[in-house]
Amino acid sequence: MIINVKNLSRAFKGSGGVVLALDSISLSLQEGKTLAVVGESGSGKTTAARLILGLDKPSAGSINVLGQEITSFSPSQMRPLRREIQVVQQDPFSQLNRRHTVRRIIEGPMLAFKVGDKKSREQRVIELIEAVGLQREHLSRKPHELSGGQCQRVAIARALALDPKILILDEAVSALDVSVRAQVLNLLKKLQKDRGLTYLFITHDLGVAHYMADEIVVMFRGRIVERGTREEVFEAPRHHYTAGLLASVPVADFSTEKTDFGVLQDVIVQASPIKTDACAYRSRCSVGKDEKDCADKALTETMGSASHGWICHFPIER
Amino acid sequence: MSKVIDVRNLTLTVPTSKGRAPVIENLSFAIEQGEKLGLVGESGSGKSLTAYSLMRLIKEPVRIESGELFINGVDVMKLSESEFRKYRGSEIAMIYQDPMSALNPIMKIGDQIVESILLHKKISRKEALKLAVGLLESVGIPEPEERVNSYPFEMSGGMLQRVVIAIALSGEPKVLIADEATTALDVTTQERVLTLLNRLAEERNLSVLLITHDLGVAAQFSDRINVMYGGRLVEQGRTKEVFTAPQHPYTRALLDSRCDYTVDVNKPIKSIAGQPPRPDNRPTGCVFAPRCEHAIGACSDTVPELRNVIGREVACIRIDELKSVSS
Repeated sequence: MIINVKNLSRAFKGSGGVVLALDSISLSLQEGKTLAVVGESGSGKTTAARLILGLDKPSAGSINVLGQEITSFSPSQMRPLRREIQVVQQDPFSQLNRRHTVRRIIEGPMLAFKVGDKKSREQRVIELIEAVGLQREHLSRKPHELSGGQCQRVAIARALALDPKILILDEAVSALDVSVRAQVLNLLKKLQKDRGLTYLFITHDLGVAHYMADEIVVMFRGRIVERGTREEVFEAPRHHYTAGLLASVPVADFSTEKTDFGVLQDVIVQASPIKTDACAYRSRCSVGKDEKDCADKALTETMGSASHGWICHFPIER
Repeated sequence: MSKVIDVRNLTLTVPTSKGRAPVIENLSFAIEQGEKLGLVGESGSGKSLTAYSLMRLIKEPVRIESGELFINGVDVMKLSESEFRKYRGSEIAMIYQDPMSALNPIMKIGDQIVESILLHKKISRKEALKLAVGLLESVGIPEPEERVNSYPFEMSGGMLQRVVIAIALSGEPKVLIADEATTALDVTTQERVLTLLNRLAEERNLSVLLITHDLGVAAQFSDRINVMYGGRLVEQGRTKEVFTAPQHPYTRALLDSRCDYTVDVNKPIKSIAGQPPRPDNRPTGCVFAPRCEHAIGACSDTVPELRNVIGREVACIRIDELKSVSS
């Protein structure tokens, strides 16, 4: 396992008390594979990414990256690991320094880690810009002279500059137009194949998760409610939230059955503080809404196979 | 059915280093009473500018070069700003992507709805508040009597979008423009808001212009689809027909490049090579030709007109040859 996270929690103090942004999540990434983390905003996806990147400290639990327990690492201890784990974020423009040229942006990580000499760095920059499908002429441009898709390619090139093992892609294609998104997804797949990269792919877009991931974890309010291979999660979801999420994705394909609304009723449920033992999805769940167990019986993970697990007292029968 | 919106030959330009260049070119389309029209296209295709034109919110440096805009038969382009104010909100209203920025953060939502109602109706504040409660109820907000006293920060994104919809409905418009109104919402919330818009369209015989880059949203919501590229309409027709048998090469490429969970994960997604045109570097003839896999020399010579092809409008000079290829 290249990343192994166990019982990871992160609590934030809010005005209304303590909020558990992450509630004891466990996940692992295999080398060369893609794990997608899906869920709606506020489910804890990005909090998990920040912890794994060592940008934040957990309240409890352990994070093992490349065999090292980073939970108590100081910034200087963390530094060598930053060569191995890089991040690409959502906004193509704001993650790049607008006053730097593309050349300087891609060279940045190599300068920070004092890698090579001027000549070898330039060679590497050229190799990277071509690997992400841009041309040498782009090197002298600045971010504002590039399109969103081109900026995202530059961000990917920069992330690859130190030849990392792991890329965390936090909504990395969410801001792109469909045709450009397709180009970037194809590029990411090719780079993974060529370089044996491991991806942690954070997205709210189930279509993208389906296309990219070998395994998927579904998060809801800080918990992993279901995990499994792509086939297990998409074809035979057991948690009602996963099923609801899949049903609510609009699909531009009239050959499938889902062509109309009505799967979810037009109801709104107020967010309310949850008891530790209760199922957080209960208030929105068509099955567990009035069940006593869902309100006060602690949830444990049920494993349907070695990879497929869910936390639900009344899972969907298969 | 009658046309509530009728846009004819609308052209908008922006200044570039090479003089003024079109960002919307010769755009004509209509919306029927009670119809849900989807407007799809990528960023820069002119979707939002189309919406702003309908609301007459176009400001320099963008300029309306020519065109007519009929709302219920009246050419509102000829009206003065003060005359048009009678139309904005009461004939045609618009909601945007970010509900938070459409609301005043330090004002109770009830007061914001009341303010908007009083713009359109000469009634007392007390009566207006009653109407506000009713509006909140009709957009599906629970406990509306209490909710009027909430501030925007106390509500979730989906709830806020409902409040914005309530405000948009306060002038009882015939047309609602939703510009990427569900784009920032989670899928489950998005579905609920679309369901709401669908219900409102039916109950109030409201016409909805849904602007989105999400083909799935457009497919499921709208009766008809307009596909825009580079400021021009390239295809329009009934939603199901456009999505099951796209005719224009751009529509087809756009559908091929989507990534929903029906696509084959073992194949690369078909993407469209190149970038959309920029105003200062607009191709001659068909704007899509430089990225089109079917383009021939003649495509760059003339601007293709929209032509009726099997019950829909398509702007492509090769459509007769390509039609057989696709089917």
